Amino acid sequence: MSELLANWADWLPQLWKGLLISLQLTGAALAAGLPLGLALALLTSARTPWLKWPAIALVEVGRGAPALVVLQMVYYGLPSAGINVSAFVSGALALALTTGAYTSEILRAGINAVPRGEVEAGHALGMTPGDVLRFVVIPQGVVFAVPALMGFAILIFQATALTFTIAIPELLARAYRIGAATYLYLDVLILAGLVYLAITIPFGWLVNRAARRLGSHLG
Amino acid sequence: MTGVFLALLKGVPVALAVTGLAFLIGAVLGIPLVLMRRARSWLPRLIARIYIDVMRGIPPVVWLFIIFFGLGSGIIALSPFRAAVLGMGLISAAYLAEIYRGGFLTLPAGQNAAAVALGLTRLDTLRYVLAPQVLRVSVAPMATFLVSLLKDTTVASTIGVRDVMMLVTQQAQAAGGGFAPFIAAAVLYILLSIPVAVLARTMDARMRGRIAA
Repeated sequence: MSELLANWADWLPQLWKGLLISLQLTGAALAAGLPLGLALALLTSARTPWLKWPAIALVEVGRGAPALVVLQMVYYGLPSAGINVSAFVSGALALALTTGAYTSEILRAGINAVPRGEVEAGHALGMTPGDVLRFVVIPQGVVFAVPALMGFAILIFQATALTFTIAIPELLARAYRIGAATYLYLDVLILAGLVYLAITIPFGWLVNRAARRLGSHLG
Repeated sequence: MTGVFLALLKGVPVALAVTGLAFLIGAVLGIPLVLMRRARSWLPRLIARIYIDVMRGIPPVVWLFIIFFGLGSGIIALSPFRAAVLGMGLISAAYLAEIYRGGFLTLPAGQNAAAVALGLTRLDTLRYVLAPQVLRVSVAPMATFLVSLLKDTTVASTIGVRDVMMLVTQQAQAAGGGFAPFIAAAVLYILLSIPVAVLARTMDARMRGRIAA
């Protein structure tokens, strides 16, 4: 037991570096994916067919295709299209596409939850449709979506583990490398699992708290 | 493109087998789990709660690595296929237990009270009154979960299961990159999930007609 703990203490700095990369990937995917999701949410509710249908197609394909397929597509596809970027950028881009497709549905539900009267009140005040969207609908719709978006953030953090397949030195990749070097796969992978839990479980509590607070705010 | 598509079709039976068997394990193991989660004494509740949080809090690919490489190095060596089915099945149990729990929460309290008033034992109440209704409201979320499980089982390729994902990577490497194999795979996964989604919708409509209000 003490040997296990000594090993864990040895490995933890390595895994910590990997965790930072996993968190950076999560941050990059959300930073690029959430605006995309908002744009897609607005476009899929647009009245113009040539705006609406391509957006719907993108959302359905993005949600229907496994994240691993999207990841490998970006990683292997971009260089053959003449675009050479680092594995990190490929990974962040792929996760951002998945984020955009999923969060567009979450944001659309949030936007739809904004009472119709608010929009009418905006029009009655003489606001332009663009201003109603910008100052009335979007700020409230996004707030409604916050708990679900936080829940999705946990999923995308877990999905960063897939990027070890494109050689990004994140948490799982580093744990596997230590396992291959020491042949103590079980010990190091369990430690990696605990590190994932150390992020996902407390963040899950935060999600529940946000959902309760928003619920009482709406009630 | 059609050639690639046909090559990928060879991986479909394996992908469906991993998904189907894992779902079956999860659907069965989810039952004792939800009963523990709803138990009166705190110990089974705590155990079930920890199991569910731990299974759902660690990425599926990490679980497959723990089972295949971790347990595989000396403790119990499983084939990649069995490791994937076991891993995804144990994860599914956690998710399906939560779906069943949601089903219990939708039942009106009067159902339980009526069963008590009729003198049914706790087991009979569960078996004849609560469980059939829980199953019916759970059909739609279970089908949604099945579709996401089908997509999540792509990680089985990382421990060497020869599913669609494994074949697509091989195709892409043979073709020297390009988007085509991956687009074919994406289309294939979407096509596979459509029948489940349609079935879920019709089943849900039929089942909802048979729940006490």
